[in-house]
Amino acid sequence: MLQTISLLLENKPGALMRATGVLVTRGYNMESLTVARTLDPGLSRMTIVVDVEPHQRAQVIKQINKLINVLQATDVTESPSVCRELVLLRVRAAQESRTAILKEAEIFQARVIDSSTEGFVLEATGDAEKLDEFIAVMRSYGDIE
Amino acid sequence: MSSNLMNGASMLLECLVREGVECMFGYPGGVTLPFYDALYDHPLRHVLVRHEENAAFAAQGYARTTGKVGVCCATSGPGATNLTTGLVDAMMDSIPIVALTGQVSSKLIGSDAFQEADTFGITRSCTKHNYMVKRIEDLPQIIHEAFYIAGTGRPGPVLVDIPKDVFQGNGHYAPVSTIHLPGYKVYTEGHSGQIRRAAQMIWDSERTMVYAGGGIIAANASAELRELVETINAPTVCTLMGLGALPSEHPNFISMPGMHGSYAANMGMTHTDLLIALGVRFDDRVTGKLAAFAPHAKVIHVDIDPAEVGKNRNPDLPIVGDVRRVLQKLNPILKETREQEAPKKAAGRQAWWDQVKAWKEQHPLQPSYSDSEIKPQHLVAEIDRIAGGRAVVTADVGQHQMWAAQLVRFNAPRLWVNSGGLGSMGFGLPAAIGAQFGQPDNLVISLVGDGGFQMSIPELATIAAYGLPVKIIVLNNGYLGMVRQWQELFYNNRLSSVTLDCFPDAEKLAGAYGFKGRTVEKPHELAKAIDDAVAEPGPYLLNVKVTPFENVYPMVPAGGAVNEMVMGPPQPVPVG
Repeated sequence: MLQTISLLLENKPGALMRATGVLVTRGYNMESLTVARTLDPGLSRMTIVVDVEPHQRAQVIKQINKLINVLQATDVTESPSVCRELVLLRVRAAQESRTAILKEAEIFQARVIDSSTEGFVLEATGDAEKLDEFIAVMRSYGDIE
Repeated sequence: MSSNLMNGASMLLECLVREGVECMFGYPGGVTLPFYDALYDHPLRHVLVRHEENAAFAAQGYARTTGKVGVCCATSGPGATNLTTGLVDAMMDSIPIVALTGQVSSKLIGSDAFQEADTFGITRSCTKHNYMVKRIEDLPQIIHEAFYIAGTGRPGPVLVDIPKDVFQGNGHYAPVSTIHLPGYKVYTEGHSGQIRRAAQMIWDSERTMVYAGGGIIAANASAELRELVETINAPTVCTLMGLGALPSEHPNFISMPGMHGSYAANMGMTHTDLLIALGVRFDDRVTGKLAAFAPHAKVIHVDIDPAEVGKNRNPDLPIVGDVRRVLQKLNPILKETREQEAPKKAAGRQAWWDQVKAWKEQHPLQPSYSDSEIKPQHLVAEIDRIAGGRAVVTADVGQHQMWAAQLVRFNAPRLWVNSGGLGSMGFGLPAAIGAQFGQPDNLVISLVGDGGFQMSIPELATIAAYGLPVKIIVLNNGYLGMVRQWQELFYNNRLSSVTLDCFPDAEKLAGAYGFKGRTVEKPHELAKAIDDAVAEPGPYLLNVKVTPFENVYPMVPAGGAVNEMVMGPPQPVPVG
């Protein structure tokens, strides 16, 4: 089952490796990982989505909390939370599709970040489902990245 | 401020002295040259071992027998990688050591330089925490943090990797007065409400068992444990790591539980209605089949590490805290309420004690003897006689370790030194070196098998060089006994690669290092041989040839329930 772990940790060398190491050592596969500095430059916020057997969830949090560089690890899988994804998508398309692509982008409220003779780079935000649709639609126009 | 300008090597020594380090175990090399140069005319004692792995084991022997943080040191690359077994071993048994390793100069890191290894990366999972020092001004802070982390909370190994240019560079040494580790959480006090509930649970139960482990020894809580056990008059088992937590001769001490534990201990664990688990981790070697372990019991689990609580067994009452502080709060509550509460279940408790005593009498742990050959249990009983519950006994890993745990008395903590969790062969002899430095006036016996001894033979030179009066006793059955036991019982007696031929002549071997040794194989010669070894002022190597095919019993087959012990070898069944 997918578990979402939110971590506040010291921005120190090796801290990222330690936190992910707890999961790797136990053979859990990480689905996604984001890490960025917080307003306090000494601290980082890390969000891990990881596939963990349900009965091991509490143990994983305890083991991460034991790390010296970790201030707090919390299981937010079931907490009320705001989940938004951001997609940066490059679509390569022929001249005749350009107008259609822009119309579709408008429907998904995506912004054009870059335009070239080969196609566009688009930026879209939203929940996972909506963005999956967005990607599927764009794929129908040409190669995407 | 120019007076405190010094290089990194001297700064490191300043920090070690401030931490109260009196001796360290190590092996020099290329990048630690500046450190060893500073050590040359420094009073801190450096013990030169013959292999880095043994430096880590010796530091553990020192830590385990003193309660202080042990220190070991190795050079970069192979020196550091050789330390790793000792680090994992310390991690598994929660032993506080600080390992100092040299690293290639900062500008060479990542260039595959001579003797470069990613020590910081390799040791991440081998340590409680590790550091790489990037700047000389960070060195004092990091060293003091390392000692603080190693010795507090649940103890463990901490490694500090120091590049050569940090050793050589100059900086102003400013003593560190505070340590601030915002992410390091140590829970010591224990929840008062939970502690009060524990007292009530204890009075509400009839068939109480105290299950005491290495945490009692780490927390120096032996006196508090004894007070608890006497206040509630409960039978008590000590785990392999907890032997000596309650004196072996204490009337409430039952023995060790688990795979090679006694019948009484395992039956007690199976039938108890309240298990008071103190500084233990419900290890698989203790519980056997977890689902069948203590099936009728409510569990009170006291541990300083929150991750241990509920890891293997969900307790009915968890108390996260230093077991000593928790018992210091629990014992007065029990004493206050004893007069009122104890009589309520007195009859049930008496019946429980009668039952436990009956189990003890039914299948006592006792040595076996033979007129023609030395039984290994006979040897262990002789060691018990000479140790008298007061000597340090270090063991290696295998059959001899289990027999010693069953039969040797330890009437104080920090006398029994063995590799419990990791089971590292080659541990016993180097650990005895550290133990002899830790308890210089005590008798130190190193009981090793012929397998583990041959893994640590190089350290005979260390023992000789420092004139350490360690008594090395080899329980020599000519086999890797424990592996052979499993091949015999579970692999159709197909004895594959377990025969240890060509054991050296003990008298000649010890003689080559300049001390005495002998081999003994007749039962009637054993007692005197051991007396002679102990009477010798210096080191002694006693090679004892024992019955080759003796197995350790009782035995719980791996994955079995602990009440399904096998009490002895299969007996011939009469036909018809």
